[in-house]
Amino acid sequence: MKNAKEVVVEKSLMLIAFSAIFMLFLIAVFIFKEGSPLIFKIGLKNFILSAKWSPLEGQFGILAMIIGSLWITAGALVIGVPLGLGCAILLSEFLPRGITAFLKPTIELLAGIPSVVYGFIGVVVLVPFIRERFGGPGLSVLAGSIILGIMILPTIISISIDALQAVPRSYREGSLALGATQWQTISMVTLKAARSGILASIILGMGRAVGETMAVIMVAGNAVKIPNSIFNPARTLTTNIALEMGFATGDHRAALFATGVVLFVIIMILNILANYAFGKRK
Amino acid sequence: MKPMRLIIKKGIVELTILFFTVIFAAGCARRHSITMAGSTAFLPFAEQLAEDYMKKFPGTNINVQGGGSAVGIQSALNGTAQIGMADLITLPESAKDLKKFVAANDGICLIVHPSNKVENLTTKQIRGIYSGEIKNWKEVGGIDKPITVVSREAGSGTRSSFEDLMFKGIKLAGSAIIGDSNGTVREMVINDPYAIGYISHGVVNEKVKALKVDGVPPEYDNFVCGRYKLLRPIYLLIRAEYETQTKEILEYILGPEGQDTIKEQGLIPAGACGKY
Repeated sequence: MKNAKEVVVEKSLMLIAFSAIFMLFLIAVFIFKEGSPLIFKIGLKNFILSAKWSPLEGQFGILAMIIGSLWITAGALVIGVPLGLGCAILLSEFLPRGITAFLKPTIELLAGIPSVVYGFIGVVVLVPFIRERFGGPGLSVLAGSIILGIMILPTIISISIDALQAVPRSYREGSLALGATQWQTISMVTLKAARSGILASIILGMGRAVGETMAVIMVAGNAVKIPNSIFNPARTLTTNIALEMGFATGDHRAALFATGVVLFVIIMILNILANYAFGKRK
Repeated sequence: MKPMRLIIKKGIVELTILFFTVIFAAGCARRHSITMAGSTAFLPFAEQLAEDYMKKFPGTNINVQGGGSAVGIQSALNGTAQIGMADLITLPESAKDLKKFVAANDGICLIVHPSNKVENLTTKQIRGIYSGEIKNWKEVGGIDKPITVVSREAGSGTRSSFEDLMFKGIKLAGSAIIGDSNGTVREMVINDPYAIGYISHGVVNEKVKALKVDGVPPEYDNFVCGRYKLLRPIYLLIRAEYETQTKEILEYILGPEGQDTIKEQGLIPAGACGKY
C-alpha cells in the first residue's frame, strides 16, 4: 500500500515527464499545420524537386537547399568520421585509462562551444584560406563541411568510446591469445563488436550536422543554387529558414515552415535509424 | 484626542484626493502613450527622436519597437502600433489605406574592397553583375578576377529597394552569396578583395569603398537632391483614426527639430534639397 504523499509525487513527476513529450508533440503539430498546406497547394513534387526559389514571385522549390544540406552533411561526415573514429580508437584501446579519463571530458567540452564561435573562426581563418588556395568566394560547401566536421567530433568520439569500452575484455583477450596482433584485434574483433554503437554515433553526428544553422550561415555563402563543386557556395534547409524568417509573410512564411517539415522528417528518420542501431547492440 | 481624530480625518480626505488625482493623471498619460514599430534600419533614429520628444514634452510616453518593415506595416494595419515604420520603395497593396509620411531617406551604397581599382559603375554594369552576365572584374575596368556577388535574403527591405531601383524584372544570379544583414554583407566585402555588395549608407565605414553610380558619388548633397540614384524613403504609416493622436509627434519628427536629429545621426532628411 502506497501512502498518499508517494502517489502525489509519482503523479506529479509523471505530469512533468509527459509535459516534455507534449511540447514535442505540439511543436510537431504546429510545424505541420503551418507548413503542409503550402506543400499540398503547390504539390510535393514542385516543392522538393524544383530548384527555383524566389518566394516573392511565388516560386517555392527547395531542391537546391536539400542538395546543399546533403553535400555539406556528407562533407562533414567525410571529415568528422575518420577523425572521430580514429580518436575514439586511440583513446579507448591504446592510451592508459587515466589519460582517457582526462581527455574524454576535454573533448566533450568542444560540444559546449557556441556554434557562432565556430562560424566566426570559419569566416576569419578558413574562408580566406580556401579563397586564396582554391579560388572562388571561399564561402563554400568545403568551408561548411570542415566546420561541421569539427563540430560533430565530440558526438562521434564520445559515443564511440562508450561503445568500444562496452566490448567485453574477454573478446580482446581471446583474440590476442589466438596470436592476433593488437591492430588485428581492434579491426576484426573490437570494432565489429562495437559496430552498432559506432553507427549510432555517426547517425547522431549526422543529425547534428543536418540541424546546425548559425555556423553554416556564416561560412557556406547561402547562394540559392545547386552547388556543382565543393568550392561553390550553398544553402542548407536550416539556413534557408533562419535567413528569411525575419521578413517572411503569407505564402513565403508558409514555405519556410514547409522547409521545416522536410527537415523534421529527415531528422526523424535519422533518429529512428540511430535508435534502431542502438537497439541492435542490446 | 479630538484634534488627533480631526487630523486623521483630514489625512483620509487628502489621501482620497491624491488617489483620484493620480488615477486621473495616469489616465491622461495613457492617452498620450504611442507605440512605433517596424523597420530596423530606422529603429535607432526613432529611439533617439522618441527620447528627445519625451524630454521636451514630459507626460507623453512613446514605445519604440523593431521587427522589420513587414511588422511595421502589419502593426499599423491592425492597430498594435499607432505608427508603423517601413523602409520599402514599393509598399505592399495592403498598405494602401494607411496615411504615409516620409520621415527620412536612406541611401544604398554599392561597396567593394578598398584595394579594388574600380571607382564607378553604370546602372547597366550593376545590372549585369547582379544578373550574372558580367562575371569578371576586367569587364568593368578592374583586374582579371571573378566577381563575388553579395546580396541579401529574399524579403529584406534593403534588397527589395535595391531591386526596385536597379533592376526591376531582372533575376538575381543564382550564384550570388547571401548575407543576412547590412553588417554581414559589409564583413563579407571587407574579407574578400573581389566582392561587391550593397548596404545602407549609414553602415558604410572606412574599411570598404563605396562606388560611384553613373558617375555620381554617394555623398550627402547628391542624396539630398536625388542625383544619386539609390535612395529609398523611410515611411511612417498611420491608420486614419490615429491621426489626431499622433499629430504632435509626427509634426515633431517632420519638423526642423526632428529632421535635424535625423541629419545629425547620419540619415538624409526628407525633401531637403537645397535646405541644408
